[in-house]
Amino acid sequence: MNLESFPEDADIERFTELVYRHFNYDFRNYARASLRRRLARAMLQFGFARLAELEALLLETPEAFGQVLQYLTVQVSDMFRDPNFFRAFREHVVPELGTYPSPRLWVAGCATGEEVLSIAIVLREEGLLERCLIYATDISPEALRKAQLGVYALDRVAAFTENHQKTGAACSLSAYYTAAYGGVAFDRSLTKRVVFSDHSLATDHVFAEVQVVLCRNVLIYFDKTLQARALGLFTDALSRRGFLGLGSKETLAFTGHAQAYRRVVPDEPWYRRC
Amino acid sequence: MLTESAVGVGESAQAQRSRSRHSRFDALVVGGSTGGIQALNELLPPLTRELEVAVVIAVHVPARVPSLLVPIYERRCSLPVREALDKQPVSPCTIWFAPPDYHLMIERTHTFALSLDEPVNFSRPSIDVLFESAAWAYGPRVLGVILSGASRDGSQGALTLRERGGVLAVQDPACSE
Repeated sequence: MNLESFPEDADIERFTELVYRHFNYDFRNYARASLRRRLARAMLQFGFARLAELEALLLETPEAFGQVLQYLTVQVSDMFRDPNFFRAFREHVVPELGTYPSPRLWVAGCATGEEVLSIAIVLREEGLLERCLIYATDISPEALRKAQLGVYALDRVAAFTENHQKTGAACSLSAYYTAAYGGVAFDRSLTKRVVFSDHSLATDHVFAEVQVVLCRNVLIYFDKTLQARALGLFTDALSRRGFLGLGSKETLAFTGHAQAYRRVVPDEPWYRRC
Repeated sequence: MLTESAVGVGESAQAQRSRSRHSRFDALVVGGSTGGIQALNELLPPLTRELEVAVVIAVHVPARVPSLLVPIYERRCSLPVREALDKQPVSPCTIWFAPPDYHLMIERTHTFALSLDEPVNFSRPSIDVLFESAAWAYGPRVLGVILSGASRDGSQGALTLRERGGVLAVQDPACSE
């Protein structure tokens, strides 16, 4: 993409204001560099040279918003991304969770569900899944729809399998899926304990007390203000001594929230609320 | 070994005032593929604090291999060598590497931003992504260095960087691995 198709800051501000007022999605505090790129890609796909043209389209044809939304949100994630993170979950978090009669977990920004399944699989392997309740939330209705289906492309399974092995699993990932619908379909019983719901970290509030919050590689798309708001929700939602899991290159260090948590293990972004 | 291509035209008054400051650039952004890593051995160790630049590097390394670049260059450079974290300030007089399998960008507020959006030119980190964000963040006060062997990734970013007033240097292919 060349220079002409990157929108200026003023264009982005006008666009996000419009989207908030007309569609009730709040992108006003998303991290600017990645938002600029995503908007440029959307403009390219629609064949627009200026962001104002995309605005005009949305005003004339509001039904197009669903499609535009897909450019503004993460569409693909991975199962067991950073396997050592899930190994640490298995070894350090799960034993503590087991002391609660009905542990509740919140996967915030679950996208198309790969991470929800990953957590559910580890919980099943550790004999805890049946007692747990998992909330899986995202702003994208399309992503939630795919997450509930639990079907993924065949060419992704090899990487998922390798990742799963590295978490310290005793069995192969193939125990959990069958070939179907041109891809693999994961065992429906894994998501029996999952409540999928749309929820915005920008505009919505805490809805339950939970013992674990997973929010991996979501905060990177937020600016500092929105990141602080999201972390505030997590801190409020977590029971004392509850666990917060972030993405491998995310940290509480540059936020105002580091004081409220202690690191669980040195090498993985698991934090425990004081 | 490094040949400087045409300097960005139409220097603004602000850029001219900036040049009277001690250092011509605030940032040096570098992009390369695995074939270009040897060139880092010549580029990085001589860099000193006097230059007052932040050095930010995106190299194509295999996704699921923990990056060894930080420990390797830490030993060879007088400047501190670190891996960029999300929202970390882009401190000058430091060499920053993009973490493996993330895109690295620089915000106009001169903090790092990571992304897991899909690979660009089959690459993540992508040199285009870094260079384009650096062009927006620094305008004329960025020097971009493309190490040869970088494949297609980097050519678009190099254009953007120059169009916004930055200077581009390209490693002579005859000297690459």
